[in-house]
Amino acid sequence: MTAPRSPQDLAQALDTTGYLAGEGLSVAAFLALELQRPLFCEGEPGTGKTSLATALSEALGLPLIRLQCHEGIDATQALYDWDFPRQLLHLRTLEAAGDLDPEAAERSLYTRRFLLARPLLQALTEAPCVLLIDEVDRADDEFEAFLLQVLDENTVTIPEYGEVRAATPPLAVLTSNRTRDVHDALKRRCLYHWLDHPDLPQEVAILRRRIPGINAALATQVASAVQALRRMELLKPPGVAESLDWARALSALGRDALDAQSAAATLGAVLKYREDLDRVARQGLDALLAR
Amino acid sequence: MGCDERAADPLTGAVGFARVLRAAGVPVGTDAAGRYLRALGAVDLAERRQVYWAGRATLCRGPEDIPVYDLAFQSWFGDAPPPGAARGGRVREARIAGLSPVPRGGAGREDEADGEALRVAAGDTEILRHRDIAELTPAERAHLDRMLAGLRAGPPTRPALRRRPARTGPVDPRRTLRRTVAAGGEPVRPVHHRRARRPRRVVLLIDVSGSMRPYADALLRFAHAVTHGASGGGARTDVEVFSLGTRLTRLTRAFGSRDAETALAAAGRAVPDWAGGTRLGETLGVFLERHGRRGMARGATVVIFSDGWERGDSALLGTQVALLRRLAHAVIWVNPHAGAAGFQPVQSGMAAALPHVDRLLAGHSLATLQRLLLEVRDA
Repeated sequence: MTAPRSPQDLAQALDTTGYLAGEGLSVAAFLALELQRPLFCEGEPGTGKTSLATALSEALGLPLIRLQCHEGIDATQALYDWDFPRQLLHLRTLEAAGDLDPEAAERSLYTRRFLLARPLLQALTEAPCVLLIDEVDRADDEFEAFLLQVLDENTVTIPEYGEVRAATPPLAVLTSNRTRDVHDALKRRCLYHWLDHPDLPQEVAILRRRIPGINAALATQVASAVQALRRMELLKPPGVAESLDWARALSALGRDALDAQSAAATLGAVLKYREDLDRVARQGLDALLAR
Repeated sequence: MGCDERAADPLTGAVGFARVLRAAGVPVGTDAAGRYLRALGAVDLAERRQVYWAGRATLCRGPEDIPVYDLAFQSWFGDAPPPGAARGGRVREARIAGLSPVPRGGAGREDEADGEALRVAAGDTEILRHRDIAELTPAERAHLDRMLAGLRAGPPTRPALRRRPARTGPVDPRRTLRRTVAAGGEPVRPVHHRRARRPRRVVLLIDVSGSMRPYADALLRFAHAVTHGASGGGARTDVEVFSLGTRLTRLTRAFGSRDAETALAAAGRAVPDWAGGTRLGETLGVFLERHGRRGMARGATVVIFSDGWERGDSALLGTQVALLRRLAHAVIWVNPHAGAAGFQPVQSGMAAALPHVDRLLAGHSLATLQRLLLEVRDA
């Protein structure tokens, strides 16, 4: 599509992909596009941070490049690496052919064809695109510092090769589950949005939007039961993904209403800890469904 | 109120709003403020809700900022934030005390409001300063909390390895000689140098057992002020905070937030043994085992806040404090009861620890805590 002209415009485009963005989120995402700034999304797990990036790429017709962060992630996993075996092979071939000019050989080793582009470099060379940097809170401080340069200047310097600069900066979406505080310097460069669990009407709308053929009554029942679960101080309160799973599980079993029996059979789609299941069982499923 | 003029000149209005937000405790840098202005250029200014969200996306940096942002938005633009907007802020209730200096009116009244707050503070401070924290009314306590948050002390420092040129101090022979050579052998004024200073680590161990209950909250606030107060100007302070009781809990991370209420709430969630029993010797042993010996206590100024009521083995406490003393630069024991007339360190734990402590101080009032800050700096 063409670039959205207003937050409402963007929200509509996201809507066609099945992602219901609230007003705040659509303003934040619109500004990220308009100001060419990364968007930093924080919130409880399962509130749609990651799927926002997918939806944005689909709505804007841009490729999605994803970088999953983890502890100990470093530049060679995120940025680029040299294809060492192929370089070695290339060198052997040159040797066998007998024309080994050491300087020329070395120069030929550090060219684009031996460069393995990891997500960040890929995003810079393929831009415009949507770059998802997922769960940045899992990476280490050092990695954040390294991200700063990439996000700030949309440039990467590879010592043996030179500088790679993005023609248009990628639309970067960073997500964090707040397992650790992300450094202020990184947040300062981003637009910030806190994603909350949706309220009841919103969640009903999401269920109906994402699961074709679900009836309104079941969607409302599932959504209100999930909302009740979220108020129960569980170890892992269910996110939107869980309520979608739950509704799908019920449809798969051919149930079109949520009663105590069908809830008991499918509760595993929503609750992922034994302690949580025990707790809900103790309070009684009926209490959960009454609301 | 004046929200129409502000809409007429969005730039002035936006800059003013950024200032209000900063005063309310959300750290708004010039870069964020600049981005805010650009964001306002991109949204529809007539749509108050878009103005709200544009500000939130550019000025907030965490869920704890959002309730403050909402209140500031309301006070500045005179509009209630969009319904349901503040759901992310579970800490809203706790933030209200920190918000009181926010001017409710326009920019013109800002200074006035500040001055008023200061006058009130000046009047009450003298009385409050010397009162025992345990005997304060809730209102006085709230006032004390604000004063504690305002505590400032230079970070304690230790001499660094390197020397730096200085106006006075010992003569730097090398530099003086070089100058002399440069001057063609003529004698020049001698150049002085001194040891540079580096921040010294401070370790605060706070007893949160039942007998310390009336003081625990104020002491945690004090610890928060030490963590953040000194780091504002230049040198970063290196402060570690632990709670002692029946177990040891590291609170340094919980104290990461600049906002005292948020930090205290986080600390409250982290400590599993509030107002429980005391096994000082054992918990101190755990501290030494896990952190102290690995370097955290080495060369640090360690402050133990406790009344010394030991339910465990007090001989064990004695040996642990002795161990700590050998690792640390200084061990300061702060006992809230030490300020009372006729105090004798006869509690079993206190008596066992006393021979190995550099200083025993009172810590029952703001004045004694201020004194403690100086002691920590100069230890």
